Amino acid sequence: MAAVSRARRVRRQLPLSPWLFAAPGLLIIGVFILYPFVSTLVNAFTDKRTLIPGEFVGLANFRELLHDDMFWIGLRNSTLYVLGVVPALVILPLLLALLVQKNIPGITFFRSAFYTPVVASIVVVGLIWVWLLDERGLINSLLEAVGVGRVGFLSDQWLLLLSAMAVTVWKGLGYYMIIYLAALANVPRELHEAAAVDGAGAIRRFVTVTVPAVRSTMALVGALSSVAAFKVFSEVYLMAGPSGGPAGEDTTLVMLVQRTGTGLTGRVGYASAISVVVFVVTVALMLLVLRADRRGEA
Amino acid sequence: MTRTRKGELVLRYVLLLAVLALTVGPFLWQLSTSLKGPTEDIYSSPPSFFPRHPTLHNYERVSDTIPVWDYAFNSLKVATANVVTNCVGSALAGYALARLRYRGRRAATLAFVLAMLVPVEGIIIAQFTTMRELGLNNTLVGVVLPGCIGAMNVLLMRNAFLNLPYEIEEAAYVDGANVWQRFLRIAVPSVRGTLAVVAIFAFMGAWDDFLWPLIVLSDPSRFTLTIGLNYLHGTFAGDERLVAAGTVIAVAPLIALFACLQRYFFRGVGEGAVKG
Repeated sequence: MAAVSRARRVRRQLPLSPWLFAAPGLLIIGVFILYPFVSTLVNAFTDKRTLIPGEFVGLANFRELLHDDMFWIGLRNSTLYVLGVVPALVILPLLLALLVQKNIPGITFFRSAFYTPVVASIVVVGLIWVWLLDERGLINSLLEAVGVGRVGFLSDQWLLLLSAMAVTVWKGLGYYMIIYLAALANVPRELHEAAAVDGAGAIRRFVTVTVPAVRSTMALVGALSSVAAFKVFSEVYLMAGPSGGPAGEDTTLVMLVQRTGTGLTGRVGYASAISVVVFVVTVALMLLVLRADRRGEA
Repeated sequence: MTRTRKGELVLRYVLLLAVLALTVGPFLWQLSTSLKGPTEDIYSSPPSFFPRHPTLHNYERVSDTIPVWDYAFNSLKVATANVVTNCVGSALAGYALARLRYRGRRAATLAFVLAMLVPVEGIIIAQFTTMRELGLNNTLVGVVLPGCIGAMNVLLMRNAFLNLPYEIEEAAYVDGANVWQRFLRIAVPSVRGTLAVVAIFAFMGAWDDFLWPLIVLSDPSRFTLTIGLNYLHGTFAGDERLVAAGTVIAVAPLIALFACLQRYFFRGVGEGAVKG
């Protein structure tokens, strides 16, 4: 009884203040996230340009996509990016977490050092690797010194894409390592000890004890990294250049959105249609990974 | 038994050092390149890892080539503003979602969850159009605004407030404290840890951001560091020493920040991942 009247008094006392608290946040996400999201969905069905309002054109943009070679190149590269980057980012950080899990002297230094690439801006990381992979850069100098000869990491279409993927993995290792460390802390020690007593070796224990125990974390990392990989922009933009490498063959979907939609002659409507494809694939990837996880548990 | 233990330990350290070389080595190589003078060969094979006559000459040249300190100051302004708005805005909104009772609270929470799920890369063109309609493109305010109260930060703060025991605030209420007093004197001081995480990731996010400033800024006098570096790379691509010095200027402050505040960085990953 007393609690009810007290709650009522609380409500009576502050008719407006809840909205005053929430208003700045709601205003910002409303104007700069939710409204642009809805207008992207709407613009995808118009021929809007940067300086021209445009008219409703139905599915014309999407029909044009089907015949646009650049769109298919972008879709191919963004998809390849997911396929190349995600398995590496699900497995390598887990191995790294196992390596730094044990509290041996100096381990906090190593954990922090492995996290450094996460802290650096993608622009810094991209430019560091552009120099490392340069025709005359460190890696080619080393390759030449051991007799392999120089490799055109940044001039061949496929090597470029592969190099960009390697950079993405390099920058993401530390981030996902921390996520795995938190998950590994919850794996009961007894499981490992029991398996060891039963004579299971390190690899066997990894497969039968560690992997099942961190399975849902692996799905989470898979979801996070696949969504991020499909939306890749900066690494490829910096390493292949704004036009996307030789003949634009390294263009990714988000690069295409940026290139198509900006500038004075930007085709906002068409760029929005590509964005809609990005939305749909992103949501699909998330659902796919999380569903695979649920099935794995059942 | 002890011998295999020792062997395992040695193997562990060997692997740790190998990964260390792989993750930190590239930064050191960049630093080394930036310290090499104009007469030193930076392309030699086998490579020389240490500059023979270390010099700061390249850092002077960067500031002669692009207004790098202005760019750094712009980045600092953007990052600081992003920290302040995110801390204040997400603490206020998080408190409203966690503690205050009002019609529409569920709808408000849903709005923040939806905003968190929207992939930013997909809406940049529409954001740019909105910014142009507001007359804020090509300004630093325009760089800050879209992310100035991050939906994920709001939800992080909401969870932090939800985890506080309600009884303390109830006691304060009985003592006659109004909602602002309870918020400022009791709730906020109790979630300082989460607030620190929000602050650090807001700073790092703004300092490192590339795609959005690239789209919204067109006037080279207003560039942030990341956009300035991209410009430097695009215009003076052949001058490796110059680009190396520029990247060191851009990354050094963040590495220093990270060295001082590591545990908040690590906590942020854990808290962010659960929500993500």
